[in-house]
Amino acid sequence: MSGYLIIRNLTVRLRSGPVILRSVSLNVAAGQVHGLVGESGAGKSMIGKAVLGTLPRALQITGGEIWLDGVDLLSLSAAERRRRIGATAALIPQDPLTALNPSKRIGPQITRRLIDILGWTKQAAEARALELLDEVQIPNAARVMRSYPHELSGGMRQRILIASAFAAEPKLIIADEPTTALDVTVQKQILRLIAQMQARHGTALLFVTHDLGVVSKVCDTLSVLYAGKVVEEARMQRFFMRPIHSYSRALLSATPSYEDPLGSLTPVSDTVIEEVEAEVRWHDARAGT
Amino acid sequence: MMYQVRDLRLSFPDLTRKPLLGAAPRTPVLKGISFDLPKGAVLGIVGGSGSGKSTLGRAMLRLLEPDSGTIAFDGTDITHQTEDQLRGMRQRFQMIFQDPMSSLNPRRRVGGIIAGPLKLYGFDGLTARVNEALDMVGLPRSFARRFPHELSGGQRQRVGIARAIALRPDFILADEIVSGLDVSSQAQVLNLLGKLVGELGLTLGFISHDLSVIRRLCDRVLVLHHGEVVEQGDTDALFAAPQAAYTRELLASIPLPDPDQPWD
Repeated sequence: MSGYLIIRNLTVRLRSGPVILRSVSLNVAAGQVHGLVGESGAGKSMIGKAVLGTLPRALQITGGEIWLDGVDLLSLSAAERRRRIGATAALIPQDPLTALNPSKRIGPQITRRLIDILGWTKQAAEARALELLDEVQIPNAARVMRSYPHELSGGMRQRILIASAFAAEPKLIIADEPTTALDVTVQKQILRLIAQMQARHGTALLFVTHDLGVVSKVCDTLSVLYAGKVVEEARMQRFFMRPIHSYSRALLSATPSYEDPLGSLTPVSDTVIEEVEAEVRWHDARAGT
Repeated sequence: MMYQVRDLRLSFPDLTRKPLLGAAPRTPVLKGISFDLPKGAVLGIVGGSGSGKSTLGRAMLRLLEPDSGTIAFDGTDITHQTEDQLRGMRQRFQMIFQDPMSSLNPRRRVGGIIAGPLKLYGFDGLTARVNEALDMVGLPRSFARRFPHELSGGQRQRVGIARAIALRPDFILADEIVSGLDVSSQAQVLNLLGKLVGELGLTLGFISHDLSVIRRLCDRVLVLHHGEVVEQGDTDALFAAPQAAYTRELLASIPLPDPDQPWD
């Protein structure tokens, strides 16, 4: 099996019935960055949550396979699965303020996972945390370890979460809109940092974003989602040169670009929406849902 | 001129450094801002978080009182006018907010939300005016009976626009009104706003962190950084040859949807 993360025909539904993810399949190889794009409600975050086992209680996986580092997660017992995910995968979340505990110092928040889940000693974990804070270019790492989250800027907090995600050398990192809350100038620094770290550690990265501009800077491949269905999967260069699906084309023309003020920000037309809705209905009829 | 702003200064008390007795020290937020906004123009106000763009907008609508400097609205100095003096004026400058979910009362129907300010300013023929406003923003009249939670993000933002234009103001301030929307609704709301500015002869202040959106909609741009204007001018000229280092940095940081854009 190639790839650290292989998802096959993953179907997720609300316990009350409605389908959230429709037979989603994708591959992320080691050292590769795969983008998940789509508008809000398309289910892009839910794929990441399904992999990490953090789906909201109202949702359940009703079909498919999730292979992480050669093991089908869905065939494991719940405890076994949690252990496996904890050892091989990590998350870079969207909002660095809510992801950090405001009442705890930074140091223990980075080392806790290493000590509790991976059984490192306190000294080893602290040394590793310092080394990582250095690697994500945080000046004066020893002082930052003793700081509280509110004492740091948004960009600094996001750097800490990146350090924390890479701490246990995971095989897969899921980044869920990691720069959406940041200023563009900070966003650029953080995106570069994520790309550098990912390349240096050879991690497989699943990058969830609504911004095609961001995707074009960090990803190697991408999947475009609509209503929980992958409508197009492509390599980066090909996608931006020749998007195949009409919804992908519409999404690209809707994306703002200051270099092309007249060609960008075109609303997605009703014809395109009808077309892609019809595809979704056809899929549901065939899948018997 | 719709607005003439000269050497505008505004500060907030820094409550984290307030001594036990006495007043808190003040943190300057706007540090001497000057610009002219001609009638019928669309002015983009851009800057990073903490640059003072929303504070400037709120001062222009006199939701905040400046420390010094002057703000003239259509020839009237409104810098230090009291609420009583402003009462006749307020209807002429309106605001559209960033988050339509928190700026629309969830317990009122759309019709009531749009009619609220109309009632306040003593308009009659409310139903007709509400219908007209809904027509203008491209929502079906039946939406007057719906609640905000029954609408999509883009539709809610149209209700925010309808509420502002129903009063037939001269000036509207739009504060990051598309930043919470998906790209497809973003495009629709921007097109609508551009159309309304033309049809109603509105003057528009458009606050955004996104230079791509500003380029699409605005005639003029004001670039703010740490409470100061670092650059202002005609949109096309500014994009063709940005002068200030900060403007160039902003432009270079925007990820264009193009894998071949140089990114270093």
